[in-house]
Amino acid sequence: MSDLTRMLQETVTDAVAEKRPLQLIGGGTRSFYGRTPKGDPLQLAGHTGIINYQPKELVITARAGTLLSEIESVLAEQGQVLAFEPPRFGEGSTIGGVIASGLSGPARPFNGSTRDFVLGARVINGQGEILRFGGEVMKNVAGYDLSRLMCGALGTLGLLLDVSLKVMPRAVVERTQVRSCSEAEALALFRELAGKPLPITAACFTDGQLCLRLSGSRPAVLAAAQRVGGEELDQAAAFWVGVRDLQHPSLASDRPLWRISLPATATPIEGIESTGFIDWGGAQRWLSGRRDVTPLRDQAESLGGHATLFRGGDRDSEVFQPLQPTLLDFHQRLKRALDPVGIFNPGRLYPQL
Amino acid sequence: MIQVLPLNSATEEKNISFSLGELVAGLRELLPDDGVLLEEEDTRPYECDGLSAYRQLPMIVVLPSTVEQVQEVMQLCHKLGVPVVARGSGTGLSGGALPHPQGVVLSLAKLKNILEIDPAARTARVEPGVRNLAVSEAAAQYGLYYAPDPSSQIACTIGGNIAENSGGVHCLKYGLTVHNVLKLKVITQQGDMITIGSDALYSPGYDLLALMIGSEGMLGVVVEVTVNLLPIPETTGVLLAAFDDVEKAGIAVGEIIAAGIIPAGLEMMDGFAIQAAEEFVQAGYPIDAAAILLCEVDGTRQEVEEQIRLVREELLACGATEVRQAEDELQRQLFWKGRKSAFPAVGRLSPDYYCMDGTIPRHRLPEVLKGIAEMADEYGLRVANVFHAGDGNMHPLILYDANKPGELEKTEELGGRILELCVEVGGTITGEHGVGIEKINQMCVQFSPAELAQFRAVKAAFDPDGLLNPGKGVPTPRRCSEYRTLHKGHD
Ligand SMILES: Cc1cc2nc3c(=O)[nH]c(=O)nc-3n(C[C@H](O)[C@H](O)[C@H](O)COP(=O)(O)OP(=O)(O)OC[C@H]3O[C@@H](n4cnc5c(N)ncnc54)[C@H](O)[C@@H]3O)c2cc1C
Repeated sequence: MSDLTRMLQETVTDAVAEKRPLQLIGGGTRSFYGRTPKGDPLQLAGHTGIINYQPKELVITARAGTLLSEIESVLAEQGQVLAFEPPRFGEGSTIGGVIASGLSGPARPFNGSTRDFVLGARVINGQGEILRFGGEVMKNVAGYDLSRLMCGALGTLGLLLDVSLKVMPRAVVERTQVRSCSEAEALALFRELAGKPLPITAACFTDGQLCLRLSGSRPAVLAAAQRVGGEELDQAAAFWVGVRDLQHPSLASDRPLWRISLPATATPIEGIESTGFIDWGGAQRWLSGRRDVTPLRDQAESLGGHATLFRGGDRDSEVFQPLQPTLLDFHQRLKRALDPVGIFNPGRLYPQL
Repeated sequence: MIQVLPLNSATEEKNISFSLGELVAGLRELLPDDGVLLEEEDTRPYECDGLSAYRQLPMIVVLPSTVEQVQEVMQLCHKLGVPVVARGSGTGLSGGALPHPQGVVLSLAKLKNILEIDPAARTARVEPGVRNLAVSEAAAQYGLYYAPDPSSQIACTIGGNIAENSGGVHCLKYGLTVHNVLKLKVITQQGDMITIGSDALYSPGYDLLALMIGSEGMLGVVVEVTVNLLPIPETTGVLLAAFDDVEKAGIAVGEIIAAGIIPAGLEMMDGFAIQAAEEFVQAGYPIDAAAILLCEVDGTRQEVEEQIRLVREELLACGATEVRQAEDELQRQLFWKGRKSAFPAVGRLSPDYYCMDGTIPRHRLPEVLKGIAEMADEYGLRVANVFHAGDGNMHPLILYDANKPGELEKTEELGGRILELCVEVGGTITGEHGVGIEKINQMCVQFSPAELAQFRAVKAAFDPDGLLNPGKGVPTPRRCSEYRTLHKGHD
């Protein structure tokens, strides 16, 4: 447990004065994500410690460098979890990196996203000021919601000092049902089940099998398992960790990995058979291998979604789907409002930010 | 040419100057005759929102009926430099829709089409003037509903809900507006249309949805909203528990959550609110109780049975003097009716009432209630307490009589001190009603000058001329320094 706030503030203040960009680094487990980092490395993994945890208030506040594994084990002692199931991608994963990257796990469509669980944050802005937004209470609409804005901004809007997150009770029982089917059948079934009041907390399709996780009280989960049918999966917890951390053999290769984010109801996209890996009940589809980027993005867009070059490939290119010009303009203005001289992670999200 | 005088207000320092004649002529070109209101008899109904203590007769009210008209009105106001205040149903409780004396009130009430309900994707795409309840009503035929349910849901609009990030009695489990929206179409102050979010669960770039939701009409005008719908739960159970002590009820809330249960709704009322509600709607509440808790759980039949059993155990263990379960849907509705009509019920006991909206960490509840009671005594005013107990969002209702000289001022001062107490114990001045004009002073208490400056910079990124809902939400430095000086004298 150590508080580096003062040192970090000094470093930022100096960098601002010298207009010297900084590359913010937590545990480095997400360094593959986003565009090629630039600037002087600033290590945040030493800024650690759980500052406040009150199980009955459903809130935990931790410094950004605190290990995700530490937070999750402290929560587990009280029977609680981070319900958005953040990926680890390695032991060094820090809570700051979780928030900055904004990536959520298999529970995302059912429990909500990373940003849905952010209650507040303390940040250093691009003028070296320490600012606190949001708080440690469940509901708070005072001022603009700048803490949730940090989520997924890849550190381009400020240096996260600490974050407050809403935590949830762990389900009493979890059980996963599997059944063999085609991709098209899986997509149809996802859609059908999503409209029913069932305690589903994950739904993926991989290796020709549809996997549904059910969570809740024992009788509720048993009854739901009967309704959805299929067979019970052994070692289900380990299976979902694999899904969460993209350990599937077809994804864990050196080839470029594309994340296609679509409405869950979108038709199968061309080429998906190459990995046959779909998560989020159809809303997140993975493609691997080299792709012709423009047609891929056009296709994703026409289906109501986007294509991200998630890992590998050319990290100096636009790895995120380019923004429409007016929207990009507001992104630039917002960036200048928080980081006027542009010292935080320049270019990590978009070349213009 | 009419030269409009600069506004003499500490909340605002901008010089506003445009030709009224040019504005009116321009608006008349864009809108049909009944879409531009100028006469006092027509504009009077727009002089306030649900916080009627603040009133300002609008200069002009416009009622566009298409998105294109909204966009054209915005382009014209941008070109001429005219302030614009968007308005839904005017049920807001913080004066967010209070007109600007030299501005246009832009009513979205005529944009009330439900554009699409997609049962497979479980989404509804609606115009901003659609009422909150109308979305759930339209979705019901597909076994779906829209979760955020403010008590004003019969009247308030989705556009207003977006602006305030409204909650309801079910937000502990299902979240606020921000957790239930996928996509927005927004007209910026400059008159451009932008789409924020998407039909997918992840959108690239900054999370502008989170920024726009709860921004009180200060960053853009929402013209289309895509919300998530949820399957209507298979079944629902409600328990009503009576306590002879508010503190015990507060502890019970924590214990239910510690037992691993997230109720769909968990509400508390104090003795005064119970009696008022009982007199008003005869919900069958125990009128001699010091506090009641209403706990609703939903899910599959098995889940609900199990949770009802656990919740009942916790309530009794915490000293509930009585625990009742709603026997049927009718009784469930009745239990909720008492809670949902608590504001008007309390309102009947007094010529006027003032509704507060602080949020606190739940375990501080007993001391905050005690603090409120002491301060109320000091001011000689009565306070009834109604809470979204599950998420610590309190709605103290201060009873007063606006016709008694000085009583409104006293009430506002008491209200301000209650909010400051919420901040002191680690909470916030507003959980769901917004800052508006009402809590602008308390913003200076909750946030540092640097934080407020950051808010102003964000505002300027979207609205450099400061013409969208000016004077609301974020105080000027001058206002804060004045308030701080005053405040010091007060302590
Ligand atoms: C009896 C009663 C009970 C209530 N209960 C609750 C409750 O349980 N939970 C809760 O959260 N609130 C509650 N409220 C407060 C209020 O109903 C909500 O804030 C509601 O969302 C306001 O909606 P409206 O359409 O009336 O908005 P208005 O009051 O018209 O406007 C509110 C704000 O939104 C802005 N705005 C409106 N439309 C748009 C748009 N299209 N684009 C941009 N900005 C816009 C306005 O400028 C203003 O700042 C209650 C109010 C009353 C009177």
